[in-house]
Amino acid sequence: MGSIDSGSQPAANGKLEIKIWRGRAKDGAFSAYQVPEQAHQTVLDVVTYVQRRIDATLAYRFACRVGMCGSCAMTVNGVPRWTCRTDVKTVARKGRLVIEPLRNLPVVKDLVTDMAPFFDKWQAAEGRLQATSDREAEVATIDPASPERKAADAGVECINCAVCYSACDVVTWNPDYLGPAALNRAWTLQNDERDGGKAERLRAVTSDGGCQNCHSHQSCTEHCPVGLSPTASIAGLKRMATRAAFGRGPR
Amino acid sequence: MIGPRLWLLQRATALIMAPFVLVHLGLIIVAVQGGLDASEILARTQGSWGWALFYVAFVLAVAIHAAIGLRVVIAETLRPRRWVLNLTAWVILIVLAVLGLRAVYAVIA
Ligand code: SF4
Ligand code: SF4
Ligand code: FES
Repeated sequence: MGSIDSGSQPAANGKLEIKIWRGRAKDGAFSAYQVPEQAHQTVLDVVTYVQRRIDATLAYRFACRVGMCGSCAMTVNGVPRWTCRTDVKTVARKGRLVIEPLRNLPVVKDLVTDMAPFFDKWQAAEGRLQATSDREAEVATIDPASPERKAADAGVECINCAVCYSACDVVTWNPDYLGPAALNRAWTLQNDERDGGKAERLRAVTSDGGCQNCHSHQSCTEHCPVGLSPTASIAGLKRMATRAAFGRGPR
Repeated sequence: MIGPRLWLLQRATALIMAPFVLVHLGLIIVAVQGGLDASEILARTQGSWGWALFYVAFVLAVAIHAAIGLRVVIAETLRPRRWVLNLTAWVILIVLAVLGLRAVYAVIA
C-alpha cells in the first residue's frame, strides 16, 4: 500500500508517539502516549484509542466521524484540522503527532474547547435567516444561475468546525473580531433571496469587530477542510459595505 | 477595532495616493535626467500653485492613510484602551501632516 503523503515517514516500531494536551490552557501540560500504527488510521482514531485503552479521563469531542458535524476539530502538529477526516499518514512526522485543542477558544479540558464565543459571534453577525414568508407559502424558486445564488452556494457548505476561526490571527489579536465563519455565513445570507434582514445584517457585519478587520491573509481559506473561502466571502461583504456607503446598500 | 468609516477613509486615501506616487516618481526620473541640484528643484516648485496643491493633497493623504494603518497595527499588537489608541492615531496624523506640510512650504514659498 502506497503512502498517501510522500512527505510523511512511518513510525519506527509500528508505534505512533503521541503527545496530547491535558488539562486547561493555563495549568495544563502535554502527556505522551504510544498508539499502535494501523493502515487508514485517522487522528480521531488515535485520540479514541488513547481514551478507550490508555486513559479514560481524556476529554475530546466528536459525533459523526465522517466530516459532517464539525465537532472534532483539533490542532494537529500545529495545524487546525478536522481529525475524523485526517489520515495519520498525511500529518505524522516520523510517527509523531502533537495534538492540542483549537486555538482562539477557551479550553474546557484537554482537547475540548468552549465553542460559545464562536457561536455567539455567529449570532452577532446575524448569521440566521430572517424569513420573509411562513410555512404556508410556496417554496421559493431561486434561479440556480443567478449571481446571488452562486455566491451563496460558494459558502453554504460550512460545517461550523471553527478550524478557520482557530487559524485566523486577527481573531487572536482582536477578541471582538467576528471571524471568518460567522462572516462567511452572513455573506451567504446577504445573497439569499428569501432573507429579509439584509440591512440589519450589513450593520452587524460592519460593526467595530466586523469585516473591515480582515487582513485577507487567507489562513481561513488555506485550512477550511471543506474548501470554502471565507476570505472571498468577507471581500464580498466589504464590497457590499462600500456600495452601501454610497447609498447603494441592501434594503 | 476599526469601524467602516475609518476603513473606507483608508481605502479612499490609498486610491488618491496611487496616481500621486506615479506622478511623484515620474517627476523624479524626468528631473534627474540632466543632473539635479537644489536650485533646479526650487526653480520648478517656488511659487507654483499647481505643485503646492499636488503635494499638500499628497501629504494629507499619506498622513491620514498612515495614521489609520498604524492605529490598526497598534490596536492589534498592544491593545491599548480606546482613548489611548485614538489619541496616538491623532498624534501620528498631526506629526506626519506638520512634517510634510513644512517641507512643502519650504520648497514652494
Ligand atoms: S483572510 Fe481574514 S478571516 Fe481569513 S484568516 Fe485572514 S484575517 Fe482571518
Ligand atoms: S468556513 Fe470552513 S473552516 Fe470555517 S467553520 Fe466553516 S467549514 Fe469550518
Ligand atoms: S466527527 Fe463530525 S466532522 Fe469530524
